[in-house]
Amino acid sequence: MRSRTLPYLLIAPASLLLAVLFLWPLVQTAFLAFRAPGPLGVDVWSLAHVRRMVSDFDFHTALFNTLGLVVVVVPLQFILALTMASMLRHIRAGRSLVLWIWSIPLGISDLAAGLVWLAILSERGYLNTVLHAVGIISGPRSWLTYETPGVLFAAIVATELWRATAIVLVILVAGLDMIPREYAEAAEVFGATPWQRFRRITLPLLRPSIQTALILRTVLAFEMFATVIAIGGRNFPVLASKAYNWQYFDQNTGVAAAYALVIMGAAIGATLVYLRLLRSPEQAR
Amino acid sequence: MAEIVIDRVQKSFGATLALASVSLAVADGEFVALLGPSGCGKTTLLRIVAGLETQDGGRVLIGGKDVSALPPRARGIAMVFQNYAVFPHMNVRANIGFGLRMAGAERARIARQVERTAALLHLEPLLERYPAQLSGGQRQRVAVARALAVEPQVLLMDEPLSNLDALLRLEMRAELKAILHEAGTTTLYVTHDQTEAMGLADRIAILQGGHIVQTDRPAILYRRPATRFVGGFIGSPPMNFLATEASGGHVGLGALRFACPRANGPVLLGLRPEDATISESGMGFELAVIEPMGSHALLTGRVDGQMMRVVAPPDLAARPGDLLHLRPDPARVVWMDATTGEAINA
Repeated sequence: MRSRTLPYLLIAPASLLLAVLFLWPLVQTAFLAFRAPGPLGVDVWSLAHVRRMVSDFDFHTALFNTLGLVVVVVPLQFILALTMASMLRHIRAGRSLVLWIWSIPLGISDLAAGLVWLAILSERGYLNTVLHAVGIISGPRSWLTYETPGVLFAAIVATELWRATAIVLVILVAGLDMIPREYAEAAEVFGATPWQRFRRITLPLLRPSIQTALILRTVLAFEMFATVIAIGGRNFPVLASKAYNWQYFDQNTGVAAAYALVIMGAAIGATLVYLRLLRSPEQAR
Repeated sequence: MAEIVIDRVQKSFGATLALASVSLAVADGEFVALLGPSGCGKTTLLRIVAGLETQDGGRVLIGGKDVSALPPRARGIAMVFQNYAVFPHMNVRANIGFGLRMAGAERARIARQVERTAALLHLEPLLERYPAQLSGGQRQRVAVARALAVEPQVLLMDEPLSNLDALLRLEMRAELKAILHEAGTTTLYVTHDQTEAMGLADRIAILQGGHIVQTDRPAILYRRPATRFVGGFIGSPPMNFLATEASGGHVGLGALRFACPRANGPVLLGLRPEDATISESGMGFELAVIEPMGSHALLTGRVDGQMMRVVAPPDLAARPGDLLHLRPDPARVVWMDATTGEAINA
């Protein structure tokens, strides 16, 4: 009797807290997005906010920018982190020091990271100082304007790579450490080249960690906000910044909630795709 | 088919000496066991032959070719690992065929070879299963099948039976011997289990502290150990050693006199527990413990105040405290130097 109920009792506080602080606001957000004042002055179910969001002049730009960032940043981060993690495997002495240095950006807030790169890329920033010193440009030059969306995009990608690759790295390093060395040795003895060992042994065995890292990174990439605001401001709208603008500048909570739901939908969709694509066969676990 | 020549191979890990100039030749088709206590360097030696570890000095030749600088995949070897290292994300069929796939063999040949090896190790009904669905013994068979499927010149085995329970180990031992005899593969086999080495190997190389102390056929190692260590390590219960003093080419123990190859000075008399018979007269043996083992009784007692174990018939009527008399078989007695522990040859 006791043994049966005790586990549920023990997880109850955490479940309750999550329900109150996560599930309930979620339901409320949905209410905000899908309810609007009706003809009788009471709120009724309506797609008014959603329609307003979709007809917003830069909704498509925001959607496109967000998806673009996710599609470019996440794979790049994954490849970078995987390369770095593989390189770490070959380091004997000082491995933890290197890992520690590589994960320093994790300790910096995303806004601060954005500001750091703003300081580099602004009109009188470090980049222009250097370019001027070597004679490539003759005077101050703006890189981050609405006229140069390509540069804006690249700057945000660079910031995100610098700031958040380490979280993927840490997850992959932990995953690699859990794979017994014998598998790679067996593959080596049975004729696998280094690339074949990586492709046929390491990657499949790393699958659970890859799944975790990709889900985490993709969800966070859909929510990208502070770095984008710091570098692009209003010149580079993304879904999260649009939600913020509608809430605080346009004072329209309904449309802001609709944007929030789009972000959530995208994150859930991506998670489901990863869960399905990177699933290990039941019996192979 | 190929022979393995290990030529003055040395290896240290930092300040720890793992192998001190070890040489060993394994003939084509021969089964040699590397036997020794843990930390003696036997696994290191095997890994050097495999190419998974780099030696600090010396050479390894396989089939007359110096492979010292080659990666494992270029050495024409197959290996069975202690923890099997059967790939968990591949089913049995893919595991067995792995080596051939890596070698770029044709599909038809891989399929044929997998079927053949699976049949040899009774794995046919398990081909579609994943390692997580197999027992320890089945996984071990998969590891052996994976190694045999590539028809290697040389097979290296690192304590392949040590993770199996006692009964299964006995069964696999006999099976392995039959299969390897059939295949005629040159085999180097690491173990710390002397009965396994005795049962399987054509020859055994005994390692102690990074040195090979003796390499010979099991029967000779058993009869004529080169050192006190070998005598104590091989055989269960181990060989008895009695410290005594030679004078005029003879040694007296109790009422008995033995001819000793050394004229004078301290020597050790080595005697296997089964090489003494209990009789009416002989050297006095104060019985301390009697252990009935079924097929025989194991007696522990003292001769001249020194501990000794003797194997006696199971129906022996004796009790602790009794004074028995032993008559060792003089042809079976070995002599060791009391200080170096090395055999004194007649």
